[in-house]
Amino acid sequence: MRYLPKSPSERVEMLDQVGAASIDDLFKVIPAEYRLERDLEIPRQHGESEIIDFFKAAAAKNGLVGYASFLGAGCYRHYKPVVIDSLVQRGEFLTSYTPYQAEITQGTLQAIFEFQTMICELTGMDIANASMYEGSTGAAESIMMAARVTGRHKAVVASTVHPEYREVIATYTQHQGLPTTVVGYNAETGRVDLDALAAQITEETACVLVQSPNFFGVIEDIPAIAELAHAKGALLVVSIAEAISLGIVKPPVEADIVSLEAQSFGVAISYGGPFCGVIATKEKYLRQMPGRLAGQTTDADGNRGFVLTLSTREQHIRREKATSNICTNQALVALMATIFLTVYGKEGVRDLAIHNLAKADFAAKTFAAQPGVKQLFSGSPRFNEFVLQTTETPADLNARLLDQKIIGGVDLARWYPELGNATLWCATELNTRTQIESAASVIAATAVLA
Amino acid sequence: MPYPTQYKYTKEHEWLDLTGGDGSTGVIGITDYAQSTLGDIVYVELPKVGDSVTGGQVFGSVESVKAVSDLYSPVSGTVTEINEALNSSPDAINEDAHTAWIIKVTLSDPAQVAALLDAAAYEAFIAEVG
Amino acid sequence: MATIEAIPVATNPTGPTKRITTGKVRAHQVQNEGLIFEKSSPGKRAYKLPPLDVPEVDPAALLGDLVRDNTGNMPELSEIEIIRHFTRLSTWNYAIDLGMYPLGSCTMKYNPRVNELVARIEGLAEAHPYQPESLSQGSLQIVELLQQCLIEITGMDAITLQPAAGAHGEFTGILLVRAYHESKGNARRKILVPDSAHGTNPATAALCGYEVQNLKSNALGMVDLEELAKAVDEDTAALMLTNPSTIGVFESEIHKIADILHAKGALLYMDGANMNALVGKARPGDFGVDVMHLNLHKTFSTPHGGGGPGSGPVACKAILEPFLPTPILVRRDDKTLGWNFDRPQTVGRVRASYGNYGMFIRALAYILANGPDGLRQTTEDAVLNANYIRAGLQDFFDLPYTTASMHEVVFSDRRQAAKGIKTGDMAKRLIDYGFHPYTVSFPMIVSGALMIEPTESESREELDLFIAAMRAIAQEVEETPELIKNAPHSTRVSRLDETTAARKPILRWKPKAE
Repeated sequence: MRYLPKSPSERVEMLDQVGAASIDDLFKVIPAEYRLERDLEIPRQHGESEIIDFFKAAAAKNGLVGYASFLGAGCYRHYKPVVIDSLVQRGEFLTSYTPYQAEITQGTLQAIFEFQTMICELTGMDIANASMYEGSTGAAESIMMAARVTGRHKAVVASTVHPEYREVIATYTQHQGLPTTVVGYNAETGRVDLDALAAQITEETACVLVQSPNFFGVIEDIPAIAELAHAKGALLVVSIAEAISLGIVKPPVEADIVSLEAQSFGVAISYGGPFCGVIATKEKYLRQMPGRLAGQTTDADGNRGFVLTLSTREQHIRREKATSNICTNQALVALMATIFLTVYGKEGVRDLAIHNLAKADFAAKTFAAQPGVKQLFSGSPRFNEFVLQTTETPADLNARLLDQKIIGGVDLARWYPELGNATLWCATELNTRTQIESAASVIAATAVLA
Repeated sequence: MPYPTQYKYTKEHEWLDLTGGDGSTGVIGITDYAQSTLGDIVYVELPKVGDSVTGGQVFGSVESVKAVSDLYSPVSGTVTEINEALNSSPDAINEDAHTAWIIKVTLSDPAQVAALLDAAAYEAFIAEVG
Repeated sequence: MATIEAIPVATNPTGPTKRITTGKVRAHQVQNEGLIFEKSSPGKRAYKLPPLDVPEVDPAALLGDLVRDNTGNMPELSEIEIIRHFTRLSTWNYAIDLGMYPLGSCTMKYNPRVNELVARIEGLAEAHPYQPESLSQGSLQIVELLQQCLIEITGMDAITLQPAAGAHGEFTGILLVRAYHESKGNARRKILVPDSAHGTNPATAALCGYEVQNLKSNALGMVDLEELAKAVDEDTAALMLTNPSTIGVFESEIHKIADILHAKGALLYMDGANMNALVGKARPGDFGVDVMHLNLHKTFSTPHGGGGPGSGPVACKAILEPFLPTPILVRRDDKTLGWNFDRPQTVGRVRASYGNYGMFIRALAYILANGPDGLRQTTEDAVLNANYIRAGLQDFFDLPYTTASMHEVVFSDRRQAAKGIKTGDMAKRLIDYGFHPYTVSFPMIVSGALMIEPTESESREELDLFIAAMRAIAQEVEETPELIKNAPHSTRVSRLDETTAARKPILRWKPKAE
């Protein structure tokens, strides 16, 4: 086996040195009836070229190459600068463990410290952790954090939060004695219904959780929502699924906790993971924040260095009283995001966001100009996603688009049946004008068919 | 470090000083033994003024870099004051545990004091545990 | 223009410096490097966007007062500076690629490079979770094959790949336990956790709304059957057991443990952190485990990446299958693969999408590279390596539990602590010898633990160097203890002030006040 660095004779000699007659001696502690005396029924050993062929064949079976896509909805298509991959494949980053031994993991630790800083700069928060699994679990953990901060045990979640995030929140909070209620949206604006929200927040509400840009792509009125929450002593948690929006949309500085999904920062969609969640918050809530933190300090000679710090919040010390059970996080993906943000930098993040804004604006206007198509919530500010309502069903429309190698918007009927034939579209810097116009011409054919 | 004879002690290593008034108010801290076992204290989690505490129950915690230790109240009562200076310099406890107080309380059941250890009994106890 | 300070010239009055070799290492230069923000200056760029092929927009017109006018102190650098910055940082890390990384319980094995290549294949890496199933059959086929392999390896009946890491898998597994008991009318109240368990176990039980009852280990470091029998009652939901245990010992009475639990209707949860001792040699499903998680980033070679991403699939017996998180993979009547969301008894979703899919590809590539013979040989080598270290060091370090070791061995610092040297000190000294430290002070049932897991990836030569280094340290304890107390001596930074880091946290860079 090519990964195993031993010759047969070395194995024999080593067995001799440990005083075992055969390798089976070392497994005698397993009762005989539980020892597996046969081969596992799994595929035979493959050569490296066969492994590559196998996965290439799987990719070919997908048949995805050559399709234009307008999918977003929590997983965003953005260009990934080449240097990201060449740097994260350095073995010193790729094959290192969690930096508990600070003296020989300064590289990872400094990179985390830089990541934490960039997340603070972008979100307008004081502190950020080293990462969470991804956006949905980060949102759930944020709600539990708000409950610890406030000592309250109810939460209000906007229906415009990603439906899968809401499912995860329900799973997490159900056994925490932390009931959540859902507040609807204004049918005209696609934003959280502020009157309904005001009515739902009580003195028992730990937090209000909204997403912005929300699942419809609409940017929420964060200052107004914050005012409603804070008036009752509740915290505001803002979940951000499309992180590139922070390049051009005001950060939610009125929030108390920001739960960000950083996938947009140079991370492959890879069928939904691995991604990179991160929680950012005000300094005063530091002790209740879950997840690892890198901090700056000095060594015995006075040199600057970095360590994992404030770990008494974590499970390996506080066990059942920990802020979370999280251990392994998404360190390498956070490094990808850090490199991405360094490549684009102060101006690039903004330029990139403006390109997204322009592409989505053009796509929305072009599609909405077709017969049988209406853009919903068109009067509200948005980033790179928008909702179309069509006379044709999403299934029929998307089938016709697929014939032209175009993957259309996400069918919203599963979560928002009240919107009728509605689809959620996303246009990023990767969508060309040609793609948008081709899609528009397919959409236009609706009327002809009807 | 000597254990002040005017203090009362718990087996969870807190001290209680009742000498400041008429016996209905007390000052609570942790013992020198506790601070030396914990090592460098980096954080003290304090209750709020007005919180009630219960004898033998947790009212806060002290943290070192790699350990957390609960604080147990020697008596029941209400928190009247907290030592906010510990927020910025928790090391005060390491420097002098017997003056770096943590909370002040009014006792709701002064009879509980009788069950606490005096300095000699506490020193005997820590000699035993180790 | 910035002032250019003269570089101090090194003076060496005693002539040429002698290069010191310690074990397998010799010190060499690494570059200094500031924070990325300190290298930034306005106007430098590392990107170029293509010309906009749609009409330009005025952000202020589209966003009104929501428009952001300043992205703060984000850095501005050129591409070469970025490459150098992160490359320099990388050289400050130790890694499996550099040498043995014997962290007990972490299974730091070789991360095959073909895994990285196949995870990046276009058409897989760009697949979107909402793309039509008709364009996802290849992606789903990978899920299906990995699920089949993992079910076969664990001897269980069903699986979900959704959890993002081990602790997330524990959470999912205990949710299944809870849903199972609820379906019988009573969620039950408590979860038993041995005192030797990982901290994630009790934290998970609490997250699922259970009380944690600690279970004392017996003199062999194993589950005490009498204690267990006393602790288990109709209010016990499950025991969370790591097998082999955290001292690297197989619970040889595992079937009795399962029987005691099952007799009271409680379930047996297995923390699969130590599966590297069992793959191809024994299957948890065969010895009474009801539900367990795997760590693809341990047993199945996906890289740790400095702390993640991981992947923590949960495998279970048929009785728990109805409760698995949604969606689950199904083969439809027309033979195509797809996701089923219609699962009335599900515990719900535990994360968005389907899991850390990129890790599925890597783990499957690892399984294909090994096959049944390779996986069995891997396990045998992992166990052989641990026993080889045990044999090489047992005369030098105290072995608190003499039960046969599987894939890891746990010593205690008892002998060295008597001389004032603790496990953490020796761990730091090991760095000077060119190794990553073993796991320090865990499990908690061993006072001053040295937990060593070599994995199968170490050659005899590397193991011999490790044993020699540990023996040399044991000798230093006797002769030059100060050398150990101040270690490491060869790293970029000396021991860091963790106390100040925690007392006065600096968690981000800030620009110097103007």
